[in-house]
Amino acid sequence: MSVLRLEKVSRWFGNVVAVNDVTMTIGPGVTGLLGPNGAGKTTLMAMMSGFLAPSAGTVTLDDVPVWRNTEAYRVLGLVPEREISFGYLSGRQFVQANAELHQLPDPRAATERALARVEMTEPAERRIDTYSKGMRQRIKIAAALVHEPRVMLLDEPFNGVDPRQRMQLMDLLHRLGDAGSTIVFSSHILEEVERLARHIEVVVSGRHAASGDFGAIRRLMTDRPVRYFLRCDDARALATALVAQPAVKAVRFTGDDGIDVEVSDLGAFAHGLPRWAREGDIALWEVSPSDESLESVFSYLVAR
Amino acid sequence: MNPTIVRLAVQALLGHRRFWLLLVFPIGLAALVVLIRVLTGDEVAAWDTLDGMGPSLVLPLLALIAASSVMGPEVDDGSIVYLLAKPISRHSVALSKYLVALAAVLAAGTLPILVVGLVVRPEEPGMSVALWTSTVVSGIVYTALFLALSTLTRHAVVFGLLYILIWEGTLGSIFSGIATLSVAQWGQRVGQEVDAAVSSSDLALWWALGASAALAVGAVWFAGDRLRSFSFQGDE
Repeated sequence: MSVLRLEKVSRWFGNVVAVNDVTMTIGPGVTGLLGPNGAGKTTLMAMMSGFLAPSAGTVTLDDVPVWRNTEAYRVLGLVPEREISFGYLSGRQFVQANAELHQLPDPRAATERALARVEMTEPAERRIDTYSKGMRQRIKIAAALVHEPRVMLLDEPFNGVDPRQRMQLMDLLHRLGDAGSTIVFSSHILEEVERLARHIEVVVSGRHAASGDFGAIRRLMTDRPVRYFLRCDDARALATALVAQPAVKAVRFTGDDGIDVEVSDLGAFAHGLPRWAREGDIALWEVSPSDESLESVFSYLVAR
Repeated sequence: MNPTIVRLAVQALLGHRRFWLLLVFPIGLAALVVLIRVLTGDEVAAWDTLDGMGPSLVLPLLALIAASSVMGPEVDDGSIVYLLAKPISRHSVALSKYLVALAAVLAAGTLPILVVGLVVRPEEPGMSVALWTSTVVSGIVYTALFLALSTLTRHAVVFGLLYILIWEGTLGSIFSGIATLSVAQWGQRVGQEVDAAVSSSDLALWWALGASAALAVGAVWFAGDRLRSFSFQGDE
């Protein structure tokens, strides 16, 4: 059981602050690092894996700083986002080289175990530069778990992986997490994080925006004010019905038959809307969320 | 030293197109020297070409290509993290890569110079051995120097070329003071011990040997230390 601890960690590059005063503790199980592109997830990952010095603060693995600490890699496995340039090696050669570098007692057996875990035994003889994106991703993961690390860091592991392989990888990470490993993966896709992570850390613009389990984050996401665009045959009548509801915060007319609604309680609104329309004998033509993008979720979390 | 890193470095070196440049320079030099020997029949002119271009141009170029091929691409694209995310000493990573580059330099750089020397002046093998000795010494230093340079900047090849052409090439032949700090001249001074007939240098032998050893060891150690601080989101 290993714990990764970030204490008031900041990192800047010249004038640009990539990570701003982040404090978090990551224990066993699967943790998702969620944030839009450019939020500082890769910078955080780099600091967690000892490949970047924090400008301020400390990153420790079981109370030992990871920066310039070669021994940390005995318990740490890393799957960087960037491509492997060892295209001239076969998948098996690459994984086995990793096993040898870890000075494992039986690198050959460890290699086969790791290849089997990511289901890459069959194409392992082929050169890496003939692999698809998903296969490369899996061979990188095999290389990172060849020494069965207690802590595994994966930067955007599902990028470019097809849905079936994604399920397999998620399953694998799930099992590792359940077995007591500390798994951290980053992603900019909410659904991915929701499905896999037991604990979620949200990072936006270098700041730690939210932290909690799946339910807490979901609540934050659903409790935020949401905007909807509605179209119906009697906009004024529907607007009258809407303003009477506590779940509705604002109503505005757009065009002849359109309404923009700002909603504070998404659940009550979603349940109530069909009823309100029926009671007023109004025909709803269109209901569409106007700001469902993840970016708006993030900006809400930051402004909160 | 780590056998896996050595193996990967050899594969990286052979798998890289740059490797073939490694052979172009010595072959070009050999062809030029032999051509001069055949066309002019003047073995001294041929020898002077070999002596003038071998140790101070072809050899450092080879060392630059070899050192930057084993280290440069992996540092540039960051895939060296796969080698570094391991509980192995960074100095052993640097040393392993150094030995691979050095082997390439000794085989592709110094051996052809020895062979061409023997062919051009068969009656004076001592001079060829002396020249070979001096290239071995400076090859050891150049390779270490350029390895360290590859861990320091993405533009190692450019800076290396500037160093070779300006410092070792032009300035070294104009100002005698630079000899004290010229890797090629250190090698030359050591080679002089084998056969005094080769072009000489006024340096003290202890300085030539001491400076070579200190720079070679220091540069490889520095490369290892740079790897310890390797960051995959560079400040550049």
